[in-house]
Amino acid sequence: MLSFIGRRILIAIPTILLISVFVFVLQKLLPGDPVLALAGEDRNPEILAFLREKYRLNDPLYVQYFHWIGNALQGDLGISLRTQQPVLTLIGQKLPVTIQLAVMALIIAVVIGVPAGIISAYKKGTWIDWLANIVALSGLSVPNFWLGIMMILLVSVKLGWLPASGYQPLMDDPLQSIKVMLMPAFVLGTGLAATLMRHTRSAMLGVLKSDYVRTARAKGLGEMSVVVKHALRNALVPIVTVVTLLFGELLAGAVLTEQIFTIPGFGKLIVDAVFNRDYAVVQGIVLCTAIAFIAMNILADALYRVLNPRMRNS
Amino acid sequence: MSFKRTLALTAALLLGATWAQAADLKIGLAEDPDVLDPDQSRTFVGRIVYASLCDKLVDITPGLEIVPMLATAWTWSEDGKTLTMDLREGVTFHDGEPFNAEAVAFNINRSQTLEESRRKSEVASIASTKVVDDNTIEITLANPDATLIAQFADRAGMMVSPKAAAAAGADFGNAPVCSGPFMFKERVQQDRIVLEKFPGYWNADAINFDSVTFLPITDGTVRLANVRAGDVHLIERLSATDVASVKADGSLALDQAVSLGYQGITVNVANGDRAQTPIGQDARVRRALSLAIDREVMNQVVFDGVMAAGNQPYPPTSPWYNSAIPVPARDVEAAKALLAEAGAEGVSVEIQTSTDPVGLQLLQVVQSMALEAGINVSIVAKEFATQLSEQTAGAYMTSQIGWSGRVDPDGNIHQFMTCEGGINDSKYCNPEVDDLLNGARTSNDVAERKANYDAALAILAEDMPIIYLYHQTWLWAMTTKLDGFVAYPDGMIRLQGVSLSE
Repeated sequence: MLSFIGRRILIAIPTILLISVFVFVLQKLLPGDPVLALAGEDRNPEILAFLREKYRLNDPLYVQYFHWIGNALQGDLGISLRTQQPVLTLIGQKLPVTIQLAVMALIIAVVIGVPAGIISAYKKGTWIDWLANIVALSGLSVPNFWLGIMMILLVSVKLGWLPASGYQPLMDDPLQSIKVMLMPAFVLGTGLAATLMRHTRSAMLGVLKSDYVRTARAKGLGEMSVVVKHALRNALVPIVTVVTLLFGELLAGAVLTEQIFTIPGFGKLIVDAVFNRDYAVVQGIVLCTAIAFIAMNILADALYRVLNPRMRNS
Repeated sequence: MSFKRTLALTAALLLGATWAQAADLKIGLAEDPDVLDPDQSRTFVGRIVYASLCDKLVDITPGLEIVPMLATAWTWSEDGKTLTMDLREGVTFHDGEPFNAEAVAFNINRSQTLEESRRKSEVASIASTKVVDDNTIEITLANPDATLIAQFADRAGMMVSPKAAAAAGADFGNAPVCSGPFMFKERVQQDRIVLEKFPGYWNADAINFDSVTFLPITDGTVRLANVRAGDVHLIERLSATDVASVKADGSLALDQAVSLGYQGITVNVANGDRAQTPIGQDARVRRALSLAIDREVMNQVVFDGVMAAGNQPYPPTSPWYNSAIPVPARDVEAAKALLAEAGAEGVSVEIQTSTDPVGLQLLQVVQSMALEAGINVSIVAKEFATQLSEQTAGAYMTSQIGWSGRVDPDGNIHQFMTCEGGINDSKYCNPEVDDLLNGARTSNDVAERKANYDAALAILAEDMPIIYLYHQTWLWAMTTKLDGFVAYPDGMIRLQGVSLSE
């Protein structure tokens, strides 16, 4: 197992390097000058020239890249052009926020999506199945920003149950932190629950038809035991894949949801950074989320091996 | 008895709790400010935070008069080259350092010499400073500069602690130390900026909050929802289209002030090849486009009539407005006649704008009005950073853009309309206008300056390198519990005298 994970990490390194080159080149291709974007109204040519020099924007592209990657390997991701805070500090500030939102959204998605998928597969063709499908489909089709604003208007403005937006660090005040994050997590989670429900349903349908499930029933096992112990366990591999992929996506930041609920996570940071041509910040976050995504993939592969012994030797 | 006592105690505790809550004022901002160093910062929104954090040498009244703040009085020498300022006694910075003439000299020097300073051009006229005594500073100028006092009413006049600034250098913005009513506590980018009351503030009696928290909430609907839900007490830059619903809400109050800035269409008249167009080369086409637009209708359709229609770099409410050139009424026939005279019937005009939906809507109104006069307007939406760089490089025909405005009229016109102006993206150049605008800088006589500006505006109304359209109105929505808020045309939020009632 350890050698498997070690091998996967080694393979991941060139992938991450490639991603960093790709993003670096791509954002340099964008029209617009970071120094000018930064300058806003005060466009004094003398200062613009000084800033271009200071942030090495006059160097050839490859020199800029090697300078950046050289520093990055030493743990220095540069500083934000806009606020002059170190990118590493920014990531340190945002990562816990994004992880909290991702975990909460995923819990909501799993709690709703997986049981709904199991039930609708088990009751295939009945009104319960139809109802679950309709709910799932609406979860997928309702845009997050709309649902977000509607929930703010209903839950915060009308009912006054939860704060409309903002963020409270988990360590400072756990209860308040969870309260503030509940609505955005719900908005994100319901969308994901729909995806999860569809995958769970189709995986369960396949398994429920298989011979060993019929055998289990023939042995006289209770339905609960058949469905949960025998069928679900075998249906879990595709579900785990989906869950880890979803988690990886969530770590890259939920741009619209963060924007609506004013959550200071990765999504908002990277969108602002792209608009301001804040290259160092974009690079830093992309690097960070690429690593997170690859880590999630490795985790998924490792989990398959735990769930399905036949995969251990492959 | 004991029950009554419990009841009284509970009531007292409850009261205490609400009172304690009220001591933190929460303000919703439309954007996240940039670096919090008065010498380096660039954004409008950053200045809103400074209004609570950093006192200035002078301040303005809502009517744009300059009034004392850290400087209590000032006099100009006969030749307009020496400014002597008396400084307020007993003022300290947040780190306990004294505010005195030495500190003012340090601050002016920092604005001029810090490499990252964005204030250089604002204090460029200052040749030297002399500390007369602890509370008197003498500022000598290389040439007379009537705009200097107004610069001191903004970021160039914000005084930072010399000790803290010297220690932090260009990183000062991470933990700014000034002398305003509140001191910096913490900042989480894109989440919050927290300031807490400075007990040693010279005007502490006017401050009624223990702390103030600025929350950047970029989405306008969500910003409004926050003040409705009571999560923030005050929001800035309410959308014009939300004014009606705020007025209808009994728990909310609205305040507004016409800004110092303008919005208009900048025409490329001499900035590279793209200036070689009918509208770039013939002022008659520009005047025709201006005449084709009904600015009042535009204001009604796009902004529910909340903005102020305009035709000059400062609004009709400004004391500097040239009333001999009023906002023109729409005149399609006159526009057609001008186009015929210029031989430009059916002319095509491309206007670039940012991707902001309100900006697009505005130009769609312009587009349909212009079409009736025989001008084919096409709209090109570009993301703001792109729009800005293309405009600077001259890669545009016309561009819808604005200016947030300055207290002194010079700030709204000189850098745009003089041949060597730093932000003259249309590259308009007229020596006569240069003379008038440069002349207005050197006189401290208001009437003389006004005459210069009036004359320059008369020429600009003919040449029209910028077609001014309207002036933004700053809109604030707040809980009705907030008392004492005063709307200023600079869009700032001054907390002196503001309080929360229960």
